[in-house]
Amino acid sequence: MVDKVLTANRLADGISVWLDASGNWVESLQDAFVARHAEAVAALEATGKRAFDENKVVDVNVVDVEEVDGTLRPLRMRERIRAEGPTIPYAPGYHGLAGPKNFAA
Amino acid sequence: MYRYDEFDHAFVSARVEQFRDQVQRRLSGELAEDAFKPLRLMNGVYLQLHAYMLRVAVPYGTLSSRQLRMLAHIARKYDRGYGHFTTRQNIQYNWPRLSDTPDILQELASVEMHALQTSGNCIRNVTADHFAGAAADEVADPRPYAEILRQWSSVHPEFSYLPRKFKIAVTGAERDRAAIQVHDIGLHLKKDENGKLGFAVYVGGGQGRTPLIAKKIRDFLPEEDLLSYTTAIVRVYNLYGRRDNKYKARIKILVHETGAEEMARQVEAEFANLKDTELKLPDTDIQAIAAYFAPPALTNRPEGWGNLAGWKKADPAFAAWVHQNVQPHKHPDYGMVTISLKPIGGIPGDASHEQMDAVADIAEEYAFDEIRVSHEQNLILPHVALADLEPVYRALVAAGLATANAGLITDIIACPGLDYCALANARSIPVAQEISSRFGDPERQAEIGELKIKISGCINACGHHHVGHIGLLGVEKKGEELYQITLGGSGDENTSIGEIIGRGFAPEKVTDAVETIVDTYLGLRRDKSETFLEAYRRVGPQPFKDALYGGNAQAAA
Repeated sequence: MVDKVLTANRLADGISVWLDASGNWVESLQDAFVARHAEAVAALEATGKRAFDENKVVDVNVVDVEEVDGTLRPLRMRERIRAEGPTIPYAPGYHGLAGPKNFAA
Repeated sequence: MYRYDEFDHAFVSARVEQFRDQVQRRLSGELAEDAFKPLRLMNGVYLQLHAYMLRVAVPYGTLSSRQLRMLAHIARKYDRGYGHFTTRQNIQYNWPRLSDTPDILQELASVEMHALQTSGNCIRNVTADHFAGAAADEVADPRPYAEILRQWSSVHPEFSYLPRKFKIAVTGAERDRAAIQVHDIGLHLKKDENGKLGFAVYVGGGQGRTPLIAKKIRDFLPEEDLLSYTTAIVRVYNLYGRRDNKYKARIKILVHETGAEEMARQVEAEFANLKDTELKLPDTDIQAIAAYFAPPALTNRPEGWGNLAGWKKADPAFAAWVHQNVQPHKHPDYGMVTISLKPIGGIPGDASHEQMDAVADIAEEYAFDEIRVSHEQNLILPHVALADLEPVYRALVAAGLATANAGLITDIIACPGLDYCALANARSIPVAQEISSRFGDPERQAEIGELKIKISGCINACGHHHVGHIGLLGVEKKGEELYQITLGGSGDENTSIGEIIGRGFAPEKVTDAVETIVDTYLGLRRDKSETFLEAYRRVGPQPFKDALYGGNAQAAA
């Protein structure tokens, strides 16, 4: 079976998030809980549906990943870019998903 | 430019408060996503790959300095310090928080801007020639009519739930800079033999998965009939458009399936009932709106001619910029300046908050406080005295905005692609950057001459690839990006849809393929005056296929 993780976008700010082993939505794919068998995938799906119904996240999806040298890597490019951010330097001080939180207000 | 009246202010403010309430109810859980999604889309808020995206309307691409400063402020305060100007003359922010969007809309309303109808199956932002009101070749400024259409179409009760989105473009010149033939309705403002203003009306153009060139269904529609005739078109579409299939729901499919002649007959029949109703535009109303768009008081500045010659002689880089980015104005002492948002190797259409502030300052000091957004993702200063070109250029250089490439191979249109967009299948921006870097040498660009490359990251064609002289369409094949190349497209008065040249190219090969196409053109053109498009139309695709595939294009496609 292909390994899977649960991903979504946070309701209030839309930022991409992944579900970790403690049931928290975290901003790094590398901290995600990996489902390696059918029961775990079913649990992920149920958790995703509950989080959507509770208005914590939107656009909830289970996505395929592989582990390469200890790093999680989604199989689809779309999901790789979602996990790592734009593949281009797009603004001073920002790369990928990271960047200063309170940029020169 | 147009100024909001009391009604406009009250209407936009009421919409902001309504949306604030909707967002609060969504965040508190009172509203579910299914109920909220159409509401946020009606206010320009999308969800993309990494975050929400807010698309702000720039009606017919016209901005004042005050408005552009507000766009810079929003980029700084609520986003990541930049914005992206789009092929529909709008601006998009890629990282706003949903919880901030009511405040952003409130700030926009304070400068008479909004995000209404930048999404959804309604009549979208009406676009216009970015040189409107300044171009030497126009019969009249098309923007008053675009503004009339904006007012008429804003939350129009009959047309808020059309089968699909609906885009109108207006030009006032023979040379079409608004791509009207690839819009749902394209309006060409012209004069009849008596000097009376009216429109040639085109219907059913569009790009996307089924690119079609619009059909002319009226050669001359008197200006007073603009709203009644447009209503007739949209009403016929609303009645008969294919609501059963999203991919066949645009008016272009209806026109294609019905036939232009029958479509025209149905529109004329509807129009006959509407012609003498309250939709008829009184001349006083047209004049009242037109007065908002009165050209600035352009005093004679003949000293500019002598100054310009001296400055050009002293600074070849300035001369190159004037040659490429300044077009003749209807007043001989003035020019229309294109501010390229296509730095070599940069992201097409992106501008930082500092750059937006800089352009606002320059426009205020030297350009009568007016800025335009072009559908080619550049900014325009429509009225600059030749005598002021040198200080304008210096200020643009300081802001990193003086790339002399308007209309050249590095003036690339690109959609956000898979770096941001939830619909995309492939990236557009890195491809644009690599092509731009490959051809960035000014002498090489000048040698190649006019050549428009347009890149879309999916079949929806936001990057206008169908009308690129060279069009690139990113697709996903077996999990990898692949770029299909089309040649010979054009979005002007001689609109054509590009032809697929053969099998696609992997990301690392696509720039080489473009270079092969360009070198083939350089080798076969009659002389330097024959542009890429002219040469392609003369020789057809075969020499390019041979160069790219060695005669094996069909077998391998």
